[in-house]
Amino acid sequence: MKKDKFFAWLDGEEDLYTGNVEVKPQEEHEVPKELLMERMRENKRLSERVNDVEHNREYRFFKHLYRILAVDFGILLILLLLLAVSFLPPVGHAANPDNNEVSARYIEKGLQETGAVNIVTGMILDYRAFDTLGESHVLFVAAVTVFVLLRAGKGRQEENDRIYEPKNDTILQKAAFVLVPMIMIFGIYVILNGHLSPGGGFSGGAIIGSGLILYLNAFGFAKTERFFTEKTYKRVCLFSLAFYCLAKSYSFYTGANDIHSAIPLGTPGAILSSGLILPLNICVGLVVACTMYAFYALFRKGGF
Amino acid sequence: MDFVQNFPFFSIVVSLFSGAVCSVLNGKAARAINRVVLSAVMVLSAATLVFTLQTGESYTYKMGHFPAPFGNEIRAGVLESALALFFCFIMLFSLWGGRKHIEEEVEADKLNYYYILTNMMLCSLLAIIYTNDLFTAYVFVEINTISACGLIMIRQTGRTIEAAVRYMIMSLLGSGLLLMGLCMLYDLTGHLLMENIREAVVLLHASGRYQVPLTITIGLMTVGLAIKSALFPFHTWVPDAYGYSTASSAAILSSLVSKGYIFLLIKIIYRVIGFEVFGDSKINNILFVFGLAGMIFGSLSAIKEDDIRRMVAFSSVAQIGYIYMGIGMGTQAGMAAAVFHIFSHAATKALLFIAGVGLTDVSGQSKRFADLKGSAYRNKIAGAAFGAGALSMVGVPLFSGFISKLLFSQAAVLNHGKMLPALIALAVSTVLNAIYFMKTVIRIYRPMETDYEVRTFGRQKLFAVSCICLVALNVLLGTMSQFLVDLIGKGLEMFA
Repeated sequence: MKKDKFFAWLDGEEDLYTGNVEVKPQEEHEVPKELLMERMRENKRLSERVNDVEHNREYRFFKHLYRILAVDFGILLILLLLLAVSFLPPVGHAANPDNNEVSARYIEKGLQETGAVNIVTGMILDYRAFDTLGESHVLFVAAVTVFVLLRAGKGRQEENDRIYEPKNDTILQKAAFVLVPMIMIFGIYVILNGHLSPGGGFSGGAIIGSGLILYLNAFGFAKTERFFTEKTYKRVCLFSLAFYCLAKSYSFYTGANDIHSAIPLGTPGAILSSGLILPLNICVGLVVACTMYAFYALFRKGGF
Repeated sequence: MDFVQNFPFFSIVVSLFSGAVCSVLNGKAARAINRVVLSAVMVLSAATLVFTLQTGESYTYKMGHFPAPFGNEIRAGVLESALALFFCFIMLFSLWGGRKHIEEEVEADKLNYYYILTNMMLCSLLAIIYTNDLFTAYVFVEINTISACGLIMIRQTGRTIEAAVRYMIMSLLGSGLLLMGLCMLYDLTGHLLMENIREAVVLLHASGRYQVPLTITIGLMTVGLAIKSALFPFHTWVPDAYGYSTASSAAILSSLVSKGYIFLLIKIIYRVIGFEVFGDSKINNILFVFGLAGMIFGSLSAIKEDDIRRMVAFSSVAQIGYIYMGIGMGTQAGMAAAVFHIFSHAATKALLFIAGVGLTDVSGQSKRFADLKGSAYRNKIAGAAFGAGALSMVGVPLFSGFISKLLFSQAAVLNHGKMLPALIALAVSTVLNAIYFMKTVIRIYRPMETDYEVRTFGRQKLFAVSCICLVALNVLLGTMSQFLVDLIGKGLEMFA
């Protein structure tokens, strides 16, 4: 009787992966012998001629001193910080300096002044919105720097892609088929309810970003590029950052000049409430999701 | 409220916004936007400067609907707006002077990234200058660090990537220490706005509570910013980062980025910790000693260099030492001299990097002194500009460097305990400066024996214009320094 596929796999007679998963086996990293010799020669030349380790007592002394000082410095810093911590006010004590009128106002009047049930969101997107504006641009400038470092030319991208990763893995695809929609919906929920419940743009955007990465892993670039290319990334980023910048500028300008802001706060607790916080959360979420996906794509093959 | 009072806020937002816009443009359009933004910010800062000079006092500007301890704030005074104006000016001419190199050394499809990074750099510098909130300062320090890294490695060679990694590690260590200090300060005072922290710190200092963590906090923030601005023992990232990146990046990094951090430190000393409390913590003595060491050892390393760009980079280390010596004197006069040197060194170092690249251009891109022989004849404008910068660094009258040395020695004479070491170090360092700068100038003015090709004004208009403007700025600072000195005095008064 012919064995069932499952039992055959169980007995180790058949490997379900062979022939079904398109994977380029990982090649052992080999350094050509000549290169190895060249490196050794160079090292030898460096230590003999440039540094003259044999006779150069100054160099040896410096090398030792450097190690000793480095360790000493580390230990000193640790001790210093431990000392400082032991003198700091105890955690959670009611008489601590940080339990002052600032936190009292955030807690007592936060709902009324920002319209956000989630005080943290009210704090970062309304009371201290300038910091958060800067923070979202930190992500943007980090993405730009990674682009500068890793973006490869068009020809080299395909060559870089999935050298070590399986293509068309059925298990991953089935799991992603179930999980990705849920992750996306959960991320959208976290963003949209950022002013009502724990969460907000940063956390929701991270969830959506991980959903996108999972989708990309399961189905490959050809499928994701139908809806997300470098152009989409740039446009979404520009749109969110520009909207964020302009909306917040309006609010800063009206606030500083004591002009009445035309943005209604709405009823606290309703989904369309708390003024600019909801749209700003959406913008931050989009930027975070796009940046995470862009990082993954850049590290994987140097482009979208 | 006057409309002019919005201008600092406008200049921050315009530069922030332009960064995002440049990401969808091509290199040329991004460059045009960058130039428009720089000119606009220059006009805005000049207007703010005139306004604050007329009213004679600084003002705070609410960022949002919530007043002082609850929301963010920025603050503009004479010194802040003058520095913003000055930084824009230097940045514009650094970019113009090295523009040909930017276009050659940066891949064509990454050119717009260069201008995104410079716009973000400008924005972070403006925010660091104007902020009245310690945490806002930290956020923009982050932007500053990352974009500086990008500016170093956008010219992709092995050396720049290594330099960028080094810069990143050192700079993140500095940011980390600054953040730790900031967190502890928040724990001790419960505030993030500078004025509120100072009130609380003065109370703590008077009552004697939390004395140990307060001192450690001040130390952490000072050391963090000292690492980021390349004070002597933490300067190892400087020569590679300034020596191998594209010329404009080197000019921007040495003359603006490190100065931004020093200005933040001065702001922290005056507006967060309080000048007296900082003096009582004795940390300025440590800064003084390391500043003196930097003046000497930076110059000694510069003498040993055989590479013109790295030599100028090491000279930066020495000049940063001057500034920290001024801060370390612990007197108002010393601080004023340090602030003047921020201006003077920013103008001179940008000039030296830009002029240096003009000299290497006519020497087959070689940066070694042997190949630079006679290059001042091949490129007369670059030679003259480099000579002017060198004279200013050495401290010859009529140039800005002379005035800062004069101010430093006046401050030293007024200071009892630190007079002798400061004067000796100034003298030694001036001699050392003269050795390596005059050596370079003599090399580049060595008469040529063979025939040579002369690079004329017509072939390098932008470069020549930016050289001339930077030299003019230097001479202006050197001959009409009294205006700036008064302005600095007023600005520092407004800090208190």
